[in-house]
Amino acid sequence: MNIEQLHSQYKTSLKKENRLIRFYQILIFIVFFSSWELFSRMRWIDPLIFSSPSKVWHLFIKKLGDGTLLSHSGVTLFETVLGFIIGTLLGTILASLLWWSPRLSKTLDPYLVILNAMPKVALGPIIIVAFGPGFPSIISMGAIISIIITTIVVYTAFREVDPNYLKVLQTFGATRAQSFREAILPASFPTIISTLKVNVGLSWVGVIVGEFLVSAKGLGYLIIYGFQVFNFTLVMLSLMIIAFFATIMYQLVELLERKLIKD
Amino acid sequence: MSFLKIQDIHHTYFSNQTAATALADISLDIEKGEFVSFLGPSGCGKTTLLSIIAGLFPPTSGKILLENNPLKADSDFSIGYMLQQDYLFPWKTIEENVLLGLKLIKKNEGLEKIKTLKLLSDVGLGGTGKLYPRELSGGMRQRAALARTLAVDPKILLLDEPFSALDYQTKLKLEDLVFEILKSFGKTAVLVTHDIGEAIAMSDRIYLFSAKPGRIYKTFEVPDELRELTPFHARNHPHYSALFQTIWKELESLEY
Repeated sequence: MNIEQLHSQYKTSLKKENRLIRFYQILIFIVFFSSWELFSRMRWIDPLIFSSPSKVWHLFIKKLGDGTLLSHSGVTLFETVLGFIIGTLLGTILASLLWWSPRLSKTLDPYLVILNAMPKVALGPIIIVAFGPGFPSIISMGAIISIIITTIVVYTAFREVDPNYLKVLQTFGATRAQSFREAILPASFPTIISTLKVNVGLSWVGVIVGEFLVSAKGLGYLIIYGFQVFNFTLVMLSLMIIAFFATIMYQLVELLERKLIKD
Repeated sequence: MSFLKIQDIHHTYFSNQTAATALADISLDIEKGEFVSFLGPSGCGKTTLLSIIAGLFPPTSGKILLENNPLKADSDFSIGYMLQQDYLFPWKTIEENVLLGLKLIKKNEGLEKIKTLKLLSDVGLGGTGKLYPRELSGGMRQRAALARTLAVDPKILLLDEPFSALDYQTKLKLEDLVFEILKSFGKTAVLVTHDIGEAIAMSDRIYLFSAKPGRIYKTFEVPDELRELTPFHARNHPHYSALFQTIWKELESLEY
């Protein structure tokens, strides 16, 4: 027995384990969709309500062909990405302002608690009346749902940065802005990234609810429309497209995380 | 006129319930190129005094004059401060860390940069500039922190127990390194420590503090024979143990 042999043995066992996990993941996927198809065909579940993968697929091809799916998905994706970016950015900026002025943060504290506890989607009707039934309202919904929680989480991260880093900067005569740039912000990157991950999900919620309410365009509209005309194949299709895009967005955030955080 | 003059410093910490006096009647003079230590039990206000000298916060009363001028925290770098731990920024390379002070005054290019990188090899860290702090050992990191402090060419160095978090062997080596570098640059330094041996081995003069409130209880002049030796060799000198015993007894009497 030499070391090299043991090492290669270890590597094979590691590879085997990974392959096994991948196998189970694919298995779950196949079992889920084939039993859905089977149950629906055998009428063990109501095909009118639960549709079936083959029907969803055919609808997908058809809607892709006439271009409606692309335009609806495009609208929703655009609104979500924008809502996500605006929400995260404004939340981080607000957190920076709170850090900048401890007096402001103490003053605003009870209001932040109230705003955070408030279900933001309940503001939907007011937002739509204020901004009109279109893009701006839906993007605001996507943003507003994540602003306050981002502010709170990021501000907490700012405050938890080891004060000794600030002491080091202070002995070099750093200004508050320099301390923020050199220590507070970079030390909080891991937290900001993890709020990004949460915000991906939240902004989808905001945008879909916004589209429910406005009911003009987008995947949220397709879901509501499908529900009203009892076309659940359309509802299922929209859900799958949402799941697909949400996953892609999440993966992009993870990519950003690997780029930004070197540890 | 002394280089650093500390006059009648009083400091009281206020909180809602209490007003705790940390320092009372502190007056002392430090000459250029001297190495002095503040020694004392915990809670004697030695770190508070160091922070006040560093300009991190103003004392309740009293004043501090450096070369006859009052101190300001944001003036040009009169003060270098070294903490118990290295506090290198983990997301910056060693080089970026060491250049931090210069970057803040926008002097991190050209000649200043070359000088700083030379400093890095002076502390025995040549070739590590592109590494991140996590890739270095504790002793190396504290040496990088020393280079960072020296990079801005401070007039006086404040050392807040910078060796206390290191293992004994590393500590002895680093004491020698700091001692030699400070002597070769002719820097004035103030060391806060609770380690009697370290204070004797490194300094020219030792101020022993008593607690509650912090006062200067006694001053010890380190004999010339010890001053000239490096800390490591000073520890083996016969005068060392004599002074150690004296200070030990004084410390004992303070703690009852």
